Amino acid sequence: MEKKNKDQKLIDKKGLRVDGRKTDELRPIKFEIGLLNKANGSAYIEQGKNKIIAAVYGPRETHPRHRALRDKALLRCRYHMAPFSVEERKRPAPSRREIELSKVIGDALEAAVFVELYPRTSIDVFIEVLQSDGGSRGASISAASLALADAGIPLRDLVAACAAGKVDGQIVLDLNDIEDKFGEADLPVALMPQSGSVSLLQMDGNLSQKEFEKAFKLALDGCHQIHDLQKRALRDKYSVKNEVLEDLKGQKEG
Amino acid sequence: MPLIVEKRQLVTPGDIIADGEYKAGENTYEKDGKIYASRIGVIGSKQQTVYVIALQSFYLPKIEDLVIGKVVDVTFSGWIVDINSPYNAILFVSEVFDRSFNARKDELTDVFNVGDTLLAAISGFDRTRDPILTLRGQGLGKITHGHLVEMTSAKIPRLIGKKGSMIDMVKKGTGCQIIVGQNGRILVRGKKVENEALAIRIIRTIEVEAHTSGLTNRIDELIKKEKKQNGKKE
Repeated sequence: MEKKNKDQKLIDKKGLRVDGRKTDELRPIKFEIGLLNKANGSAYIEQGKNKIIAAVYGPRETHPRHRALRDKALLRCRYHMAPFSVEERKRPAPSRREIELSKVIGDALEAAVFVELYPRTSIDVFIEVLQSDGGSRGASISAASLALADAGIPLRDLVAACAAGKVDGQIVLDLNDIEDKFGEADLPVALMPQSGSVSLLQMDGNLSQKEFEKAFKLALDGCHQIHDLQKRALRDKYSVKNEVLEDLKGQKEG
Repeated sequence: MPLIVEKRQLVTPGDIIADGEYKAGENTYEKDGKIYASRIGVIGSKQQTVYVIALQSFYLPKIEDLVIGKVVDVTFSGWIVDINSPYNAILFVSEVFDRSFNARKDELTDVFNVGDTLLAAISGFDRTRDPILTLRGQGLGKITHGHLVEMTSAKIPRLIGKKGSMIDMVKKGTGCQIIVGQNGRILVRGKKVENEALAIRIIRTIEVEAHTSGLTNRIDELIKKEKKQNGKKE
């Protein structure tokens, strides 16, 4: 991975970033759905150099039993980085950061799931970061929400997530690892695009109120772009090859 | 403005389907007078109700459904049965013994043990309690032979077809006895292994092409073709 020299600028004279992007441009994103056979639902995302797998199991019986909730399903989430996902070996035990991310990702997803339909069960989301390149919580949420849809779990909406931030004094979209480390601020946002509800909003670093508003708007814009890609990925996976669909009315009579 | 998305179109969770006038059916929800999809599927409508035919889902028990279950545990008063659903079902001893049950004399594991496969019906289920099974009904009880096939329960109605048209065709064409559990487990029994294999191949084809047009005709042709080939071999 590249390292930043002391005098290297994060944004050059032409206004391009270290990886050649414009300030309001996302990294290239690729989705793949249903790659794991044993999981009820799964999805894979590549966002820049991020490579992340999300797997969903459930709704299923809750173990241990005493954690089951009487009025709704328990959504559990585990975000984990593989030891080889970063430059220097990461110890495989869950770190403070991973435990925090597991919680916020789980909460961001739960807002979209009809948990109240399946009391006493648990829905387990496992997120494995194979390669990390900054903004992995956003990429994880985008992938995990596709995995939930692939598992056939009823959702209010897909959840799309993306970060904005401040680098070299400018507000930019979708920070990569270098910009995240050496930039001035990072603002991850998760959005349910249909209703416009924000289910995750964090900020690291300092932004003035004006800068915050600009960054927030930019991040929402990025979420909408990711949402379009999510929908396209689902369509590609589930679209029926034949053009015309048979009259399915009578199905339920059987 | 009534229906926004056309019938038979593919939708993903959160897609808006209809605005006003309509009622929210299966796999949809209503918010502020608008109807949205909650699962990936194909749009359908019946009178004023719009619904989504899910392409991926799991089995939720419904009273009187026929299911195929596997015994996973034996307790003091009955058996715990996995019915391929978020909830494990309970089969009480009283369903099996016609006389009063004596815990000291009767060994529950002699009747059904862990790993046994059962054909049963759902006799009770609600939000607050796990589903309850019954064996009182024709043909219900332990399954001793046959092949078990699994598929998502969302596609079971397609396998059965309108008033059982599809499944009758497969049964006739392959000469196999086929029992379809609503929970997505299917039992195939034939006189010859080849017949069972053919039936399973056809069921898999139906699963893959569940929501395509002209499926009934294509399956009909497939059965005829396979039969011809088998005839030649003999």
